[in-house]
Amino acid sequence: MTLVYPVQSLAAHPPRLSPAYKSTVKRSPSKPLIPMRHTLSELTGPVYGHETVRASDHDLTVHGKGEPIGERIIVHGHVLDEDGRGVPNTLVELWQANSCGRYVHVVDQHPAPLDPNFTGAGRTQSDAQGYYRFITIKPGAYPWGNHHNAWRPAHIHFSVFGHSFVSRLVTQMYFPGDPLFPFDPIFNSVTDEKARNRMISSFDLENTKPDWALCYRFNIVLRGRNATPMENS
Amino acid sequence: MPQTKPDGITPSQTVGPYFAYGLTPGGKYDWNDAFNNSLVTPDTSGERIRVEGTVFDGDGVPVPDCMLEIWQADAQGRFSDPQDKRALPNTSFKGFGRIGTDAKGHYAFDTIKPGGVPDPDGKPQAPHIVLAVYARGMLLHLYSRIYFDGEAANAADPVLALVPADRRATLIATRQPSSGNAVYRFDVHLQGDKETVFFDV
Repeated sequence: MTLVYPVQSLAAHPPRLSPAYKSTVKRSPSKPLIPMRHTLSELTGPVYGHETVRASDHDLTVHGKGEPIGERIIVHGHVLDEDGRGVPNTLVELWQANSCGRYVHVVDQHPAPLDPNFTGAGRTQSDAQGYYRFITIKPGAYPWGNHHNAWRPAHIHFSVFGHSFVSRLVTQMYFPGDPLFPFDPIFNSVTDEKARNRMISSFDLENTKPDWALCYRFNIVLRGRNATPMENS
Repeated sequence: MPQTKPDGITPSQTVGPYFAYGLTPGGKYDWNDAFNNSLVTPDTSGERIRVEGTVFDGDGVPVPDCMLEIWQADAQGRFSDPQDKRALPNTSFKGFGRIGTDAKGHYAFDTIKPGGVPDPDGKPQAPHIVLAVYARGMLLHLYSRIYFDGEAANAADPVLALVPADRRATLIATRQPSSGNAVYRFDVHLQGDKETVFFDV
């Protein structure tokens, strides 16, 4: 066995120390990380889905007594590896603010209303081709304390596992054309423009459901397993 | 299926302060845990242990909005993953746990002592648990390993050997006095003099 997940892929990630995002200053390592060869501990990963995902967990609009407030949307796409192969049967978890920009979280003090019919958490399992689909409400922007007049662009948090512990990814999906992009240090922590744009979903008119919901496509691309196999000699 | 090869991976972003609702509800919200901090069921074989500790930032302040995930082999050193060709079918041990730190930055996992896992050359590694650390203020999670003190195999472990000798202790959980199951303490220091060793994987 050898190192089969390319480390050069990781260049797309933001630097851990990104001072414009103030909380990174005391929460990023000051010493260099130590490179190591991957062992079974890194090349395997949790296999979950069937036993934890309920049929309605992908639809965030059906868990209250009534309809949640806001713009109903479909968010769908494929979990892929960087070689374009679908990642099948992997758990996809998401969480987000409601349409007013408020999280159902005990410490969220943003003075915007909570929606009793919207909780903002969902999960699903990708199918055999890596396809996933959620029905939810477009989240609102919200203020945060990072800098003067700081607002987060609307975003949905995604968590996926992929094939192994080293393909594990937590990211945020953004919406096209958001005017807050130039002012958000979390979005802009990704310095490469092409990589940054991979976090922006695309408006998907073709899969919009007429008279019911708009649709956005978001492909989640994980490290490519076996992309650069090397011989042990 | 998209027909074109993507031009790279999706970048990582922070879990933010509000991940608990989606990932570690812990009974506080109307949402079931997909996972929690107990990896054992009554029929899991192996020595029951608890691994616990506190996560600290660069000022030594506990981090209350941190999430930890662990992944480990069973007591025989096998992973619950079809990629581990040595795995026995029908094992009840899943090997994955997830927990958010509490208001004091504290966490705990109830699990079993893992068996040894081979390195890429087939040589044995010392028993270890792998750890991923997520938090507000972390744009990309950190990867580390939890080893156990008192293990003779630590001396020959190929990954520990990569770590400068004066930093190895940050990767070794220390056995605590306890009357029941073994308790190991493993604090995580994100930065500073006691900074935990993190690996570039």
